[in-house]
Amino acid sequence: MTMRATGRLVPPAAIAVGVFATLVLVVVGGGFDLGAALSAFWRGSVGSPYALLSATLVRATPLILVGLAVASAFRAGVLNIGAEGQLLAGATAAVAVGLAGPTWPGAILLPAELLAGIAAGAAWAGVAAFLKRSFGVLEVISTLMLNFIAVQGVSYLVRGPLQEPTHVYPQTSALAPVARLPMLIPGHRVHLGLLVALALALVLRWVSGATAAGFRVRLVGASPSAAVMGGQVKVKRVVFRVFLASGAMAGLGGATVTTGQTYALFEDVSSGLGYTAIAVALLARLDPLAVIGTGIFFGALEAGAAAMQRDAGVPSVFVAILEALVVLGVLAMGFSRRASAVASTGIE
Amino acid sequence: MTIDAFSAFLEASVRTATPLAYAALGEVVVERAGVINIGLEGVIIAGAFGALVASASGGVGAGFAGAILAGVILAASFSFFVVVMRVDQIITGTAVSMLGLGLTGTLYRLVYSSGSATLHTPTAGPLIVPALSQIPVVGKALFAQPASTYALYVIVPALAWWMFRTTAGLALRAVGESPSAAAAAGISPARVRTWAILFGGAMGGASGGTLVLSQVGTFAEGMSAGRGFIAIAIVVLGRWTPLGVAGSALLFGAASALQYLSQAMGWDVPYQASLVLPYLLTLVALAGAGARSAAPAALGET
Repeated sequence: MTMRATGRLVPPAAIAVGVFATLVLVVVGGGFDLGAALSAFWRGSVGSPYALLSATLVRATPLILVGLAVASAFRAGVLNIGAEGQLLAGATAAVAVGLAGPTWPGAILLPAELLAGIAAGAAWAGVAAFLKRSFGVLEVISTLMLNFIAVQGVSYLVRGPLQEPTHVYPQTSALAPVARLPMLIPGHRVHLGLLVALALALVLRWVSGATAAGFRVRLVGASPSAAVMGGQVKVKRVVFRVFLASGAMAGLGGATVTTGQTYALFEDVSSGLGYTAIAVALLARLDPLAVIGTGIFFGALEAGAAAMQRDAGVPSVFVAILEALVVLGVLAMGFSRRASAVASTGIE
Repeated sequence: MTIDAFSAFLEASVRTATPLAYAALGEVVVERAGVINIGLEGVIIAGAFGALVASASGGVGAGFAGAILAGVILAASFSFFVVVMRVDQIITGTAVSMLGLGLTGTLYRLVYSSGSATLHTPTAGPLIVPALSQIPVVGKALFAQPASTYALYVIVPALAWWMFRTTAGLALRAVGESPSAAAAAGISPARVRTWAILFGGAMGGASGGTLVLSQVGTFAEGMSAGRGFIAIAIVVLGRWTPLGVAGSALLFGAASALQYLSQAMGWDVPYQASLVLPYLLTLVALAGAGARSAAPAALGET
C-alpha cells in the first residue's frame, strides 16, 4: 500500500524536479539574476492571490478543458492532435454568436456562445472522424491538415467578414460586457469557465469509471481487436462518438478563451494551446481528475514564465522546452514501467 | 495575364517549393520505414538555427553543414525514443517539435538578443545557368535559382532509383510494410529505421539551411512556420514516392506563390484561399481510393 502510494508520487516529483532544474539552467546559462528571476516567477504564478486568480487560473481554464478533450480521445486510442483547430473553431463560433446578439439577455447569450463553441469544435473534429470512419484516413494527418485550415480560416475572418468596423486591426470588435463570461471574484480575472472545466472533469471521471459507455471507451482504447472480436462493442461507432466529443470539449475550451479571457478573436488567440494540452493530458496519464492538477501546473508555469520575461528579461519561450521535456519524461517513464513489467513476468 | 507575371509566379513557386521538397524527401524515406516523424517542424527550425550559428564563422558551406548536423541531432533524439524505447511516434514527434521550437527560440534570445541590429547570414544567391535560363517562361524558374535547388534535380531521381531499384531500398520498404517479415528475412528493422530517421533529420536540417542561407538571409523565431507539417502533407499527396513528392512540393509552392500573382493581377480572392487549397487537396487525396494501399502498411506502429 505504502509502496504503491510512493510509486505513484515519484514520477510527478521527478518531473517537477526536472522542470525546476531546466528553469534554473536557462536562467543561469543566460546570465540572468537567478534570485530576481525566481522571485518574478513566484510572484507571477502563485505567490499572491492576484497572480493565482488573475493569471494562473485564467490560463489553466482552457488548458483543463482542452486537456480533457485530448485525454478523452487518447483513452479511446483516437490520436486527435487537432485540438488546436477544434478550439479555434469553437473560439470563432462563440465570438460570432456573441457579436451577433449583444441585445440578448446574458442568460440566453452566454449559453448560446458556449453551445456554438461546442458545436463548432465537434463539427471540426467531425470532418476527421467522418474521414476515418468512411475512408480509414489516419486521424493524425487529417487533424493536422484541419489545424492549418482553421488557422487560415481565422486569418481570413478577422480580415474579412468578422473584422472590427474601422478595418485597421486584424481582429474582431470586443464582445459587449453582457457577452462576456462573468468573473467569479470581483477584481480578479478568473471566470465562470473554470467552474465549467472542473464540472466537466468530474463528469468525465464518473462516465469513465461508472458507466457502460465509459467501459466501452476504455475497452476500445486498450484493444480494438479484442473489442471487435468480443462482438459486444461497435468499435467504429465508439471511436466516431469519442472523436466528436473530444472536438466538442476542445471547442468549449476555445469558446472560454474568447468569451472569458480575450473578449475578441484574433490570429494568435490560441498561441499553441492545443499542443500544450497534449502535455497536460499526458502528464495526467489521461485521468480526467488529474487533468485539473496538470492544467493548473502548466497554467502556473506559463504565468510565471510571462512574469519572468516581463520583470527579469528571461525569454518565456523556454516554456516550450519544459513542455517537451515533460512529455518525453512521461513517455520514458511509461517505457521503464513496461520494461520492469517485462523483466518480472518474462512476457513482452 | 502577362508572360512576365506568370514567369515570376513560376520562379516564386520553385523557390518556395525548395525547402518543402528537402523536408518532404527526407520524410518520405522515414515513412517508407514505417515511421511518421511529426517532429519534422522542430528539425527544420533546428536546421535553420544551425545554419545561423555555423555560417557566422564559416560561410555558406559551413552553414549548410551546421544545418544538417543540427537536424540530425534532433532526429537522433526522436529515434532514441521511437526506435530504442519504442514509445508512441506521434506523441514523441509532437514533443520534438516543441523542443526544437523552444530550444532555438530560447538560445536565439539568449545568445543574439544583446545586439539590437538584425543578424544577416552570408547567403548563396541564384546561380544563373547561361543558356537554359533564357528559355521562355520556365527558364528563370528552373535555371536561375540557388544551388540548393539544383541539387534537388539530382537528389530526386537518385532517391527514386535508390528506393525502387536497389536492395537497400527494398529493405527500407519491407520494414515499412511488415517489420516482422523483414526481420525474418534477416533485415534489422531497428537499424533501417534509425538510418531512415537520421537521413530525414539531415534533409529536414538542410531544409532549414536553405531557408536561411538561400532565401531569407537571417534567422527568426518560429521561421519554420509550419513547413514541417506541410511536408508531411506533401508526402501523403505525393503518395510516398520521391517523384510524387517533388510534384506535390511544387504544387504547395505554387499555392503560396499564387497570393503574389493574385496581388499582381488584382484578383479579388482572399489570399488564405490559395493557402488552404493544398490542405484540402491532401484531405481529398487521403480519402481517395488507393491512398491506403499507397501508404506503408506498418506506418505509425511502434
